[in-house]
Amino acid sequence: MSHEAGLNAKGLRRDALAERLILFSLSGPAVLLVTMTMLVPVGWLFWLSFLDDAGGFSLEHYQRMLVQPSYGRAFRITFEISFITTAICILLGYPLAYALSQLPRRVANICMIAVMLPFWTSLLVRTYAWLVLLQRQGLINTWGIKLGLWDSPLALVHNLNGTLIGMIHIMLPFMVLPVYATMRSIDRDYLKAAANLGASPTLAFWLVFLPLSLPGLVAGALMVFILCLGFYVTPAVLGGGKITMVANRIATDIELFFNWGAASSLGVVLFILTGIILYAASRLVRLDRFLSGGGA
Amino acid sequence: MARDAALPIAVRQLTKSYGTLRVLDAVDLDVQRGEFLTLLGPSGSGKTTLLMMLAGFVRPDCGSIRFGEREVIRLAPHKRDVGMVFQNYALFPHMDVAANIAFPLKLRGIGKAETKQRVEQALELVKLGGYGARRIYQLSGGQRQRIALARAIVFEPRILLMDEPLSALDKQLREHMQIELRQLHERLGMTTVYVTHDQREALTMSDRIAVIDLGRIRQIDTPKAIYERPANRFVAEFIGESTFITVDVDAVGCSFNGVPLTLASQPSRKGSHQLMIRPERLTILEHAATAGINVLPATVTAAIYQGDSVLVQASLSDGKIVSVRASASARVPLVREEIYLGLKAADTYLLPVEERAA
Amino acid sequence: MSWLRQPATETQITHGGRLWLYILAGLVLLFLMLPSIIVIPMSFSESQYLEFPPREWSLRWYRNYFNSTAWMQATETSFKAAILTMIVATLFGTMAAYGLHAARLGFAGLILGILLAPIIVPVILVGIGVFYVYVKIKLVNSITGLVLAHSMLAIPIVTMVVSSALKSFDMNQERVARSLGASRLRAFFFVTLPQIRFSVISGAVLAFLTSFDEVIVSLFVSGGSNSTLTRNMFNALRDQIDPTIAAMSTLVVILTSILLAISQFLGKNDSRSD
Repeated sequence: MSHEAGLNAKGLRRDALAERLILFSLSGPAVLLVTMTMLVPVGWLFWLSFLDDAGGFSLEHYQRMLVQPSYGRAFRITFEISFITTAICILLGYPLAYALSQLPRRVANICMIAVMLPFWTSLLVRTYAWLVLLQRQGLINTWGIKLGLWDSPLALVHNLNGTLIGMIHIMLPFMVLPVYATMRSIDRDYLKAAANLGASPTLAFWLVFLPLSLPGLVAGALMVFILCLGFYVTPAVLGGGKITMVANRIATDIELFFNWGAASSLGVVLFILTGIILYAASRLVRLDRFLSGGGA
Repeated sequence: MARDAALPIAVRQLTKSYGTLRVLDAVDLDVQRGEFLTLLGPSGSGKTTLLMMLAGFVRPDCGSIRFGEREVIRLAPHKRDVGMVFQNYALFPHMDVAANIAFPLKLRGIGKAETKQRVEQALELVKLGGYGARRIYQLSGGQRQRIALARAIVFEPRILLMDEPLSALDKQLREHMQIELRQLHERLGMTTVYVTHDQREALTMSDRIAVIDLGRIRQIDTPKAIYERPANRFVAEFIGESTFITVDVDAVGCSFNGVPLTLASQPSRKGSHQLMIRPERLTILEHAATAGINVLPATVTAAIYQGDSVLVQASLSDGKIVSVRASASARVPLVREEIYLGLKAADTYLLPVEERAA
Repeated sequence: MSWLRQPATETQITHGGRLWLYILAGLVLLFLMLPSIIVIPMSFSESQYLEFPPREWSLRWYRNYFNSTAWMQATETSFKAAILTMIVATLFGTMAAYGLHAARLGFAGLILGILLAPIIVPVILVGIGVFYVYVKIKLVNSITGLVLAHSMLAIPIVTMVVSSALKSFDMNQERVARSLGASRLRAFFFVTLPQIRFSVISGAVLAFLTSFDEVIVSLFVSGGSNSTLTRNMFNALRDQIDPTIAAMSTLVVILTSILLAISQFLGKNDSRSD
């Protein structure tokens, strides 16, 4: 029996469609808002990036990017900072997440406040705090000299160092949270089995725990890296004007030069880069799970 | 409620497919007013889908459902006025027991005083009077089930639908609740459609059972008829234990591997038939030549003492294994011993010939 | 110190054996907490020069903040925008989350993708894009424009929070409610919403914070009399280090902590169906 006139078939089909439309329309306002305020503007920018001053189609903005060294520099420094920040976040965040995951839940939850509070405290407040902490007469230098760790004030701010410290601070929660969540979900029985089979604690960690925690680590590293790529505030404030990441360049192109073509093309490149990395990572993570035998 | 206030249900040509999978295949069903009908079948048979369609939660591709005179198939669930009990009770945890039960009354705009009275009545009916102030998490599984029931009947629906409501309870409680539900049904008299995969439950509680498999009703009949005269192999094997042997019917009579058998009634069609043997109808005979009963020679393959009885497994002359229960006080036969099983003529049943192809 | 010799995990490594881990973790936690905490005592310092520990204590910078029309106006703008964003984003986001959950449409994935897109697209791109469009339709420097942009940024968060609450909610309860005579709308309000309300509130708080703390889009889109607190703070940070900022930062930290505490506390109390 196929789709010919069954009893009430037409009416039932109409009812089904009506119900779906009503439920679908619930997401209507949100979709409309996001489309109007994000998809349309960003789409427009994409289009702008391919226009020259006269309004005709041109690739000059993209060509300029390849030719002018300042753009290359911006990308280079952006990638440098992103890599270093991600690496240090892994080195600091992984052990922290591990230590937290070993604590009993109550204690861990309290400690997580120390991670969540900066996560949700205003970006500006934290950046400002670092500005104060790292300056010549700031807390770090004052105590460093007092404790005899160094003789003259270190230049910790308005340069790459300050920027890195600030970025690491901002990004660390983004690393810790997914790694912690993954670690919490690792079944303790795996470690018991490893110990039972003769693995020393170190070996058990490297061969059993670490691989199982990898999905969280990859997720965290990915998030941190992508966020670093597009970051603006921290390099602007803590870099003292000397650190120009891609986002800073885009802002300058608009604020100082009103060069929409240049700014939008940079933005497009940034967006595509982000997209490629996300896509590559999504294949990688799936592969990862596949290789580890279908996940923990 | 008087029995004649209950509504009959008429289902016609109910069909549902998900892609190429046909979940319900042009199902026709009539439920008499006040009847307790059980939809019985294995998982995936479509019984829950059918129930959900009666409730209005699943939309069929086509078909008709009438409650009494009213066509309800395009009616939204909240307008159908049926009571429903789900497998996991789905009690509202943010309300206490009384608020849960009062919920349908509140929706119907019934006043506070009357609501309070009817809630208490419903609680009395399910033997949980005075439990109104309790919170849901304070209740045991059996109690929750009863509250769910009270909530489903407090607004006096004329049709009650139940989706495996007892499957989450342990065995003893379940059997107790089966009887209670049945008694409640006798008292209230509403038309009830009950879904289960447990054949014992179906046999215990139902006025009639509809056995469903792969989206089709294989047989609707009283429990006794379903058990003793299954319409096809599926029903016979799904309900109770059974063994089938191939017998040969000719003009003279019936024989099994050369052994003559007396049947309850002579079938019209000649040739080979399937004879259904229910193990509990077999007895172990003292002597091979016993009059008035069919004698089937068999070889014992296992004899297991089980306290209240002895389970004997034997292979018939065609190799099929049957189980028989023997009294524990009788002699326990040995393995490889030749025994003789007796089957009364009245207990023989031939399967009707299969009408359709897959 | 015998505690150090106790085994810490199933692999029987002792606490002493990984003392270095505990110390490192502690240091990292300190690193994380330090800036948020440091602004508090600094804001009470009398000195112009951001010293720590403060030699003299005073409320001078707070007075400075509350007396300044510019800062007060910016604060008012930020609060207005944040509250309106909270309302819009929570409403739209919850509706969307529920609609997607209940409908099981084929292209629900696409819609979810659109709703989550603001998280993936680099904020700077969004910022200049919105600015560009707003200039054309004259929405720059307006609260409306700000609220629209911030809501777009907050909707993904609300949608995710409410979606996850709905996933662990037993939809059978809605079905039961409907079988008992409640329409979909009444079933949602009487049964579903009360049970996910803490997640909705959580989402609302996060939407508020998203708007209140938002820097980049506000930089481009707010201005003049409708300049946000974040915009003014950012510009102040680049120009000179005014300790008034420490006072404002303290207030922000306190506000954030309170809001977070509320949403965390409520989040734990979300009733689960048994």
